[in-house]
Amino acid sequence: MKSVIADDLVKTYDKGKVRALDHLSLDVEEGTVLSVLGPNGAGKTTVVRILTTLLRADSGRASVAGIDVIKNPEKVREVIGLSGQYAAVDEILTGYDNLVMFGELYHLGKKQAVIRANELLERFSLSEAAKRPIKTYSGGMRRRLDLAASLIVKPKVLFLDEPTTGLDPRGRQEMWGVIQELVKGGVTLLLTTQYLEEADQLADEIAVIDTGKVIARGTSDALKKQVGGERLEVVVEQQHIAKTLEIVSAVSGHAATLDEGLRLIAAPVSTGSAALFEVLKSLDTAGIHALDVGLKRPSLDDVFLALTGHAAEVKTESVEVKK
Amino acid sequence: MSAIRDISIITRRQLLLLSRVPEVLIFSTIQPVMFVLLFRFVFGGSISTGQPGGYVQLLMPGIFVQTVAFTLAGTASGLAEDMKKGLIDRFRSLPISQSALVIGRTLGDSLLNIVVLAVMGIAGFVVGWRPSGGLENVALGFLFLLFFGYALSWVGVLVGLSASDARVVQNVSFIVTFPLTFLSNAFAPTTGMPRILQYFAEWNPVSTMVAACRQLFGLENQFGATAGSYPSEHPLTTSLIYMLIIMAIFIPLSLRKYRNYAD
Repeated sequence: MKSVIADDLVKTYDKGKVRALDHLSLDVEEGTVLSVLGPNGAGKTTVVRILTTLLRADSGRASVAGIDVIKNPEKVREVIGLSGQYAAVDEILTGYDNLVMFGELYHLGKKQAVIRANELLERFSLSEAAKRPIKTYSGGMRRRLDLAASLIVKPKVLFLDEPTTGLDPRGRQEMWGVIQELVKGGVTLLLTTQYLEEADQLADEIAVIDTGKVIARGTSDALKKQVGGERLEVVVEQQHIAKTLEIVSAVSGHAATLDEGLRLIAAPVSTGSAALFEVLKSLDTAGIHALDVGLKRPSLDDVFLALTGHAAEVKTESVEVKK
Repeated sequence: MSAIRDISIITRRQLLLLSRVPEVLIFSTIQPVMFVLLFRFVFGGSISTGQPGGYVQLLMPGIFVQTVAFTLAGTASGLAEDMKKGLIDRFRSLPISQSALVIGRTLGDSLLNIVVLAVMGIAGFVVGWRPSGGLENVALGFLFLLFFGYALSWVGVLVGLSASDARVVQNVSFIVTFPLTFLSNAFAPTTGMPRILQYFAEWNPVSTMVAACRQLFGLENQFGATAGSYPSEHPLTTSLIYMLIIMAIFIPLSLRKYRNYAD
């Protein structure tokens, strides 16, 4: 069953001048994680805001847990959890105060709200900071508290809008850990992100969006294949370049390229660390010492270049056909 | 029923905020108390009123009204802060009454007014303010003040939701409330003003409120309200009508703005 359906959504701002969503459609299967991946301004937040009843679409249909978002927004609000780009909690109040207040707003009753607040603080490692005002929290702690607030009543569908944007690497790791725990618990999750790595870590499926449209969709592996997977890069001394080119090409199955200035040999690989290991072994056997060696994963930029590059090729082809 | 519970939770939140940041309460009372003392001792000596008990009898209703008028700014900047932090999105995504956040906010700000008015009343008493209208009328006067503050709080909701930045909100509220409170009979007789301003001052809701309070606090002297205009003759009725008009306009506008604020 589809837990989230967005069908042909259009949303414009500034009296039609800015088209935030351009006939966007996507869906999320119950119990799975969909990551909506795209750069700033692609329309990620707009989709989330429409699905969480905060914004009305100009046209198109949307439903969450089988409930029509436009016709029954009150019912939708009962089954969703939302955690946005900014930690939407009261800075002056303590973490405990915030969670109890939201618990009461979910009509848990004071006693239950207190119990639930303590449970969530414990679960998100915030017990020690519970009685401190939020403004003393680190970015990561704020996001965790914000996430906790969206889980007070177990939501049928959880929306996380760029949950790690603006966090330092440590905060991001912590947040990923927390989200992975949730995913293991079988939550239906729609997550937006700018980072391919994040989508990779957390999502079953990825929808890449740009200028308000879904431009590609599939599992992380499928998308990476479209991009060309990882690149293996080796830097060696001048005299070993020729031999290294040979080794890397053999492992990759593609002709390796050389950046002469950097003495950097690179080639696409599909087997990741296994390929890396193989290259290192072959270099060792050949008595070559690698100065630097690494696997580069495709970045969002790479995905985008590949996807839009592909589109450009299609255009050229069709022009040629016309000739 | 659940709407009432939601509203009371939001109102409690605001009281909790006050208890966590007592500075807010302290500064919202220090400023009016400072006004009481400054006006009482700086102008009190030079403005002759012919009023038994002196200038402070006329001054206190003026300062009370000015203070509750600034509720507009308090509500507006509080909401603007909530918006900036994305808190409003969270509230709007909850399964609660959609107007609870703004209604709770206006009620919370009125509760703050009770505290502020009480502190000012005490300060006034210390410097010689002696209302003589009888307990019931004095109580009614304070009720009028709270109601006026509440009505203006709804103007603040609209200002707060319309502005893009909390600092803009402060400035806008200041530009609205400051002339209104000074182009009035609150601190000086309107008879000394140019003719055109005098008309404005007589019809200004702040003036009618001040006149209404003076009447309820037992003053005969209306401090320059000599034009014989309707508002100066019937300050209680006019004030009540003003408050109802303000709420009839701004409550629906504000609620609509809140529901659609993202569009």
